[in-house]
Amino acid sequence: MTPILDIQNLSKNYGAVQILNDVNVAIDPGEFLVLVGPSGCGKSTLLNCIAGLEPISGGAIRIGGRDMTQVSPKDRDIAMVFQSYALYPTMTVAKNITFGMKVRGVDAATQAQKLAEVARQLQIEPLLNRRPGQLSGGQRQRVAMGRAVVRDPKLFLFDEPLSNLDAKLRVSMRSEIKKLHQNLGATMVYVTHDQIEAMTLATKIVVMKGGVVQQIGSPAEIYNHPANLFVADFMGSPAMNLIPARTRRQGDDVQIEIARAEGALVVRQASYGHDRPADVILGLRPEDIVEAGFRSGATVQAAKCRIDLVEPAGADTYVVSELGGKQVTARLHAETKAQPGAMLDLAFDLAKVSFFAPDTGERLN
Amino acid sequence: MTDYSYPAPTMSPDTRPAPSRYGQTALRWLLFTLLGLFALFYLMPLFVMVTTSLKSLEEIRSGSLVAFPRDVTFEAWRTAWSGACTGIQCEGLRPYFWNSVLLAVPAVLISSFLGAANGYVIAQWNFRGANLIFSAMLFGCFIPFQVVLLPMARMLGLMGLAGTIPGLIFAHVIYGIGFTTLFFRNFYVTIPSDLVKAAKVDGAGFFRIFWSIFLPLSLPIIVVTVIWQFTQIWNDFLFGVSFSQAGTQPITVALNNIVNSTTGIKEYNVDMAAAIIAGLPTLLVYVVAGKYFIRGLTAGSVKGLMQ
Ligand SMILES: Nc1ncnc2c1ncn2[C@@H]1O[C@H](COP(=O)(O)OP(=O)(O)OP(=O)(O)O)[C@@H](O)[C@H]1O
Ligand SMILES: [Mg+2]
Repeated sequence: MTPILDIQNLSKNYGAVQILNDVNVAIDPGEFLVLVGPSGCGKSTLLNCIAGLEPISGGAIRIGGRDMTQVSPKDRDIAMVFQSYALYPTMTVAKNITFGMKVRGVDAATQAQKLAEVARQLQIEPLLNRRPGQLSGGQRQRVAMGRAVVRDPKLFLFDEPLSNLDAKLRVSMRSEIKKLHQNLGATMVYVTHDQIEAMTLATKIVVMKGGVVQQIGSPAEIYNHPANLFVADFMGSPAMNLIPARTRRQGDDVQIEIARAEGALVVRQASYGHDRPADVILGLRPEDIVEAGFRSGATVQAAKCRIDLVEPAGADTYVVSELGGKQVTARLHAETKAQPGAMLDLAFDLAKVSFFAPDTGERLN
Repeated sequence: MTDYSYPAPTMSPDTRPAPSRYGQTALRWLLFTLLGLFALFYLMPLFVMVTTSLKSLEEIRSGSLVAFPRDVTFEAWRTAWSGACTGIQCEGLRPYFWNSVLLAVPAVLISSFLGAANGYVIAQWNFRGANLIFSAMLFGCFIPFQVVLLPMARMLGLMGLAGTIPGLIFAHVIYGIGFTTLFFRNFYVTIPSDLVKAAKVDGAGFFRIFWSIFLPLSLPIIVVTVIWQFTQIWNDFLFGVSFSQAGTQPITVALNNIVNSTTGIKEYNVDMAAAIIAGLPTLLVYVVAGKYFIRGLTAGSVKGLMQ
């Protein structure tokens, strides 16, 4: 199967400033690729390069197996939804949606039929004669989607389409986009800096930082096996606990010591490779630290910890304790008796632990 | 664009000591009297012009300058329009009025259109040297008329347009492009570049985007530009007197000739009527499009204009 989109060694400079550095990504038909990363990392730039709205400085972009370097945006068989929606302000909703067809010389009957189809699909029929200025944010968002869907492209490009909406609308539009993806069987590239959006929508996630791809993988891979400290910290909310620790070897067994005020916390870890450094950063997600007794198994180890902070969040209660000089968050169930200042038995599920090298930040296990 | 909603300004309870009712009324009267005086001061010349133009010569000589006319007569207006002498010819302002129309309308349209096109390119199509070109055009706005007189005369001569209305149009278009480009450029830089990108993805090209997307949303700035250019060109005297010859002179030059013609007695009523006729079109443009003018001048500063 040729990938729909194949990006090879892509680089992009603005003058002397390198914005994208050696990006390699490929997606198969029907995939939902999410580009995620902090603000300014080059997500929009990458999307604009794919669309042909920005010239590339090096490498190659192929869409449907065809090299796109010399191809203008209109001939790339793409549709794009912009963060600002970029609806044409003086045209009605209907005209906004049919503008592309009109430009391409599609006959009026086909235009009307496609418009009706898309309007029904996105439930914007009552809005067709309004101007963008007379729509709410959510409605504008739908119209922008309609303008893309009516094109029926090989590849959809979305640039943070939900970032202007309020929290509630964002969640409902999120599931609508997911539905749309399933119904159309379309291939999509979706930019966001919201890691929850990334997790819920993607079949494949690309995490970027400073124009460099940090990791590419399924949401589960990214979440459970972050490739480095940046990904570990960026994906997940609350973020993964990253605890500095020392290891001491005792034959095949390895003891991991975590400094804290009440004396070092020592845990055993059987499967710690021989080539690894003595100082490590231990990554454990909040849900892998629970109240003792709620999880059992060979890999679960309990320890008494002083609770500094209790944050009830409805379904769960988060408690914060200090380990290795870092605030460590544990996710307990809502009925916990944890009290700030008191000691509590916490269970650490070491089967889920990630090890990172403190100097390079790379994953070790 | 993002919607920015600002919280409504909350009024803090007025803590100043309330002035007495009497004092407040007095203050208001004082204010209105002052404003009324200013208004009178500004309207006085117009009043004198209109009343004088409606009087007969004898009445002007015998009566006071600011009195209402005893017998209203439109004789002076008729003379100004079609009988007053501008040197040797005595055809009034009429032919020159049409000269000015033939000059101003195309010059305004062409310079505004070119300004829109320039502004669109400079603001939305980043190309190498765009800023340099814009700076050069801005510089053009500040070159005094006097400096360009000789080169322009030479150029019009070379082009075979010396002393013709097309020549005057050419001069005004060239001189106006700097301003019109400035207006449109400043308006178009406030329009998010995503709009062009979206249109490009939709398949629209350079001209299509200009025609279908940018021009339709430019109404406020078109009005500003047209008023500005029309006023400039209609009221221009220096280019008119330098680059025209008998028969192609614009109305400002003709007005000057009427007022300054030394033969015979000074007909103030005709002079006033002629001056009003010469100024009427610009007044009319303001009255018709004035409210867009204010709106257009402030358009760039309003967030959320687009959506
Ligand atoms: N035209 C330009 N000239 C120079 N630098 C630019 C230009 N456009 C973008 N940049 C720079 O490129 C970097 C990446 O910008 P980009 O818009 O791709 O970020 P982003 O990841 O989309 O961020 P956000 O999440 O805030 O939208 C930024 O540092 C930005 O300053
Ligand atoms: Mg962006």
